[in-house]
Formats: sequence, structure tokens, C-alpha cells
Amino acid sequence: MSKTLVRIGKWLRRDLRAALSLGFLLLLFALSVSAPIVAPHSPTNQDVNDMLQEPSADHPLGTDDLGRDVLSRLIYGAPATLYASFLAVSVAILLGVPVGLLAGFLGGWVDDAISRVIDTLLSFPAIVLAIAVTGALGVGLTNGMLAVGIVFSPQLARLVRAQTLIVKQELYVDASRVFGASLGRILWKHVVPNAIQPVIVQITLLLAVALLAEASLSFLGLGVQPPQPSWGAMLARAYSYMEIAPEQMYAPGIAILLTALAFNALGESLRVALDPTMKRR
Amino acid sequence: MLTRNRLRLIRRRLLQIVPVILLATFVVFGLQQLVPGDIAVTLAGDNEIRTLYGLDRPFFVQYGSWLWGVLHGDLGKSLLSGEVVLDSILRRFPTSLLIVGCALTLSLAVGIPLGILAATRRGSRIDAFVTGIASLGVALPNFWLAMLLVATFALNWNIFPATGSAPLSAGVGDALRHAALPAFALAAGGIAEVARQLRSSLVEVLSSQYVRTLHAKGLSPAAILWKHGLKNVSVNLLTVIGLVFNRLLGATVVIEAVFAIPGIGSMVVHAAIHKDFPVIQGVVLALVVIVIGINLLIDVLYTVLDPRIGQQ
Repeated sequence: MSKTLVRIGKWLRRDLRAALSLGFLLLLFALSVSAPIVAPHSPTNQDVNDMLQEPSADHPLGTDDLGRDVLSRLIYGAPATLYASFLAVSVAILLGVPVGLLAGFLGGWVDDAISRVIDTLLSFPAIVLAIAVTGALGVGLTNGMLAVGIVFSPQLARLVRAQTLIVKQELYVDASRVFGASLGRILWKHVVPNAIQPVIVQITLLLAVALLAEASLSFLGLGVQPPQPSWGAMLARAYSYMEIAPEQMYAPGIAILLTALAFNALGESLRVALDPTMKRR
Repeated sequence: MLTRNRLRLIRRRLLQIVPVILLATFVVFGLQQLVPGDIAVTLAGDNEIRTLYGLDRPFFVQYGSWLWGVLHGDLGKSLLSGEVVLDSILRRFPTSLLIVGCALTLSLAVGIPLGILAATRRGSRIDAFVTGIASLGVALPNFWLAMLLVATFALNWNIFPATGSAPLSAGVGDALRHAALPAFALAAGGIAEVARQLRSSLVEVLSSQYVRTLHAKGLSPAAILWKHGLKNVSVNLLTVIGLVFNRLLGATVVIEAVFAIPGIGSMVVHAAIHKDFPVIQGVVLALVVIVIGINLLIDVLYTVLDPRIGQQ
């Protein structure tokens, strides 16, 4: 364990981009957990005498159309965003990884059947299916992000399937089968460790896509419901007051952009760090 | 040339999409089962309505009769307006297609030169600039970009209209002026995707053995790029075009909401908020069938363009 930590430390010292993005994401996580302590005001406290104020000492990012502190709403929006992204990606992992393992390892008609299901799900635009599911189950973040996770799962399944097909050919897998290892043991001991690296990279990149999907859903009014704060919903309000207070739309947008950039940059850095053939490029 | 092998490949591909489309209809119909209670409760909580809509029948019987209708072009009627769903989709689709088409054209017109520039000057400042732009384009929330564009070009400078759309029949100029900002907002992601993918596949071709041989034989870099490099990445480019088109089709749903454009995107969002289920099902199914169709078209073009396919 400590060996792994040392390796991660070395990697972060060499790769500034990875260190910065990981630092940013950890900071965001810390803010999410400690929002009630860090935020200067309540995110839902309205003050009609204090609407659409310019930034001041009391309100560093100003106030919104109901007189709520923008900085506090921004901080309280972080947990919703992270929750949504991790929920969607967890669903994708729980569905995609086992299915990809089975398709790759069993082959034959199982593989054919799974591949058709994968083709089908890949034809659904993620955001559109999320909108449809919220239409069925009712608006709310969890429903929409479950749908996004389901649409993401084939991407992981395809990746795991391809890796499994490679590992399956190895002699040591044959050897452990000869020794009587069960299917579950072979998959867990030999296939999963070999397939895990590209999956980690893909997961990090998917977190960014999930984040943007959450922001879009909340912007459309199908995700986080008022008065709960979310970056997407803040932008939707800012949009309706754009002519009076255009500065309202900068902070939430920049928050979304930076978080998505951090996930993507971390993913790209991980891809280079984990793939020995990329280093020579 | 279309050899017998290739025709067989194309036929196999055609047969493969039949179960995919069937499964898709199953998923789209199955969405209805997620509704707590059922549509009758949503509508009026009335047993008479349940019988009217056939909701008292078993699931597969309902699915069968729905599918039979779909195969005959009957997607049902809107629960809100009573309008025939297929008619509204057909009426609104050209508006969405115009925006997506403009965005795709922009993505290619800007993305391809950027990708070529970056790949041929690998490791230079231009490469770093293009890679940076591409990372930004992928991470930028397109609806936020749309808001920034509206604030700058519609409210401040008054060059483009802030909302709405105009049909091509009302004049090409007016239609394009309305489509400009939504198309720009959509194209940011497309440009990034095209530039990134083209750069990486062109880098791979340019660093291959036979390109080194061509250099050794004294061919100019320009000749190598145009005659050999781009020819080899054109097949990859086809995949990227399909991918980007499908993504734009999904993304336009959100963008249409920002600009209040009466396309199929704003139609499905409105339907989701009001639980207008036949409309949701109709639009989702239409989009999925279009995506499957595009993928099929790309696969067939592949088979026709790439001389290596169907040789054995």
C-alpha cells in the first residue's frame, strides 16, 4: 500500500497537469463535505432587499434574483454535482464491467447477444434517454443520472470485453483452468487486474461527461429541484435575468468548466502514466 | 468495386440492425412501465381511461400492439395537445436538422484544418494550442457557451437574433442568421472532437514505416501529406463524422431549449416536464432510429471505400 502511495507521489511530482487537476478535485470534495462550515451564508436564505447585488465584502460573488448569496449557492452546488457524476459512473461500472467480462470470457451466443444489447444502448443519446426517464419517473437528479449511467455502461462493457478477449488467450489462464480454478476466480484473479487500467482511464473521462449531463438536466429544470442549489439550475436563473445582471452567469459556468477540465486532464494524464507504449510518442 | 464478399458483408450488417432496432423499441416502450401507477393515473386516475388506452392488458400484448402501430407509422397522439406525434416530429425535425447540419459543417470546416496543423507540426506551439482548444471544447458546457454567445452577439452587438428560428423556405439568409448562434454553441464540442481524432490518426499514419520510406525516396512533406497521409485517415474521418453527428443530435436537445427553437429537442423536454408519454417515446425512438441509420450508412460507406475490407 505504501509502495503504491510512493509511486503516486512520484507521478504527481513529474506530471504538473495531473497534480493540479487532482488537487482541484480534492479541494472540491473538501468543499462539498464542509459546505455548512465554509459557506458564508445559507444557500436558500432569501432577502428581497438584497436582490441581484454586485459583489461586495459580505457577498463576494453578489446575490441572485431572490437575494441569495451566490458564493454559498456555488459551494452548496458542489456536492450535488459530485454526487450526480459518481452515481452515474458507479451504475456504469456495476453494469458494464461484469457484462463485459462475461461477454469476453464466455464468447459464443452470449457474446453475440450482449453485443447486440451494447449496440442498442450505444444508439441512445445519453441526455435524451435521461430526459425520457425523468419524464417517466418524475423530475429529480437521481432518476436522470441512473439513466445516464445505463447509457454509459456499454462503453465500459466494450472496453472490458476487448481486454478479456486478449487475456483469455494467455497460457496462465489455461494453466489455472487446468488446476481447477472456477470461472469466478479466473475472472477476478487474472482478467480483472489486467483490464483495470484502461477502465480507470475511461471512468475518469466519463465523470466529466456525467458532470456535463447533470448540469444540462438541472439547467433544463429536470435535475436538482429548487430551492436546492446546483450549478446548472443557477445558470438557468441567470439566463432569465441576463439583460439586467449578465455577471450572474460567469461563476457557475466557470465552476462546471473547471471541474470537467480537471476530470478530463486527470484521465489523459492517467492514460499516459498507465500505458507504457504512450511514453515514447 | 462491390465484390460479392462486400455485398455479403453489407447484407450481414443490415440483418444485424434488425434485432438492434427491435431491442430499441422494447426499451422505448419499456420506459412507460417506469411511470409510477400508469398513464391513466397520470391523466385522470380513471378506470375508463385505462380501458380506452388498453392499459388493462398484459405488458407484451400492449407492446405488440404499440409496435404494430409504430411499424405502420402510428406513434400515437400527444396527451396534451392531441396532435399526432409523427406529424409533430416531421414538422419540427427540419428545424433541428438545419442546426445540426450547420454545426456539423462548422465542426469539419474548422476541426479538419486544426487537426492537420497539429499533426504535421507535432510538439510545436501550434500543436499545444490546438490540443488546448480541443480540451476546452470537450469540457465546455454547450448551454453555457450558448448563453455567452447570446450575451455577446445578440444583446451587446445585436448581430444575430437571441431566440427563435426561421425555416429555409422563408429565405436562406434569415434561416442561417437564426441558426448561427445555436450552431456555433453546438460546434465547439464537434470541432474539438474532429481536431483531436484527426490529429491522433494522422500522427499514427505519419510516423509509420512506409511514410519514412517515402521521405527517404525524396518525396516532399506536402506530397506525402496530401497523397498518402490524408488518403489513409479518410476512413477514420468517416467514423468521426458519424460519431460527431450522433453527439450533435443529442446535444441539440439542450441547445434548442436555450434558444427557444421549436425543434424536436424542445418538444421532448416540454413533454418530459408534462409527462406527455407518447411524445417522449416518439422523439426518443425517432432519434435512436436516425442514429442507427447513420451508423449503418457509415459502415456501408466503409465497406465501399476501404479496399482492404472484403478481400479475403
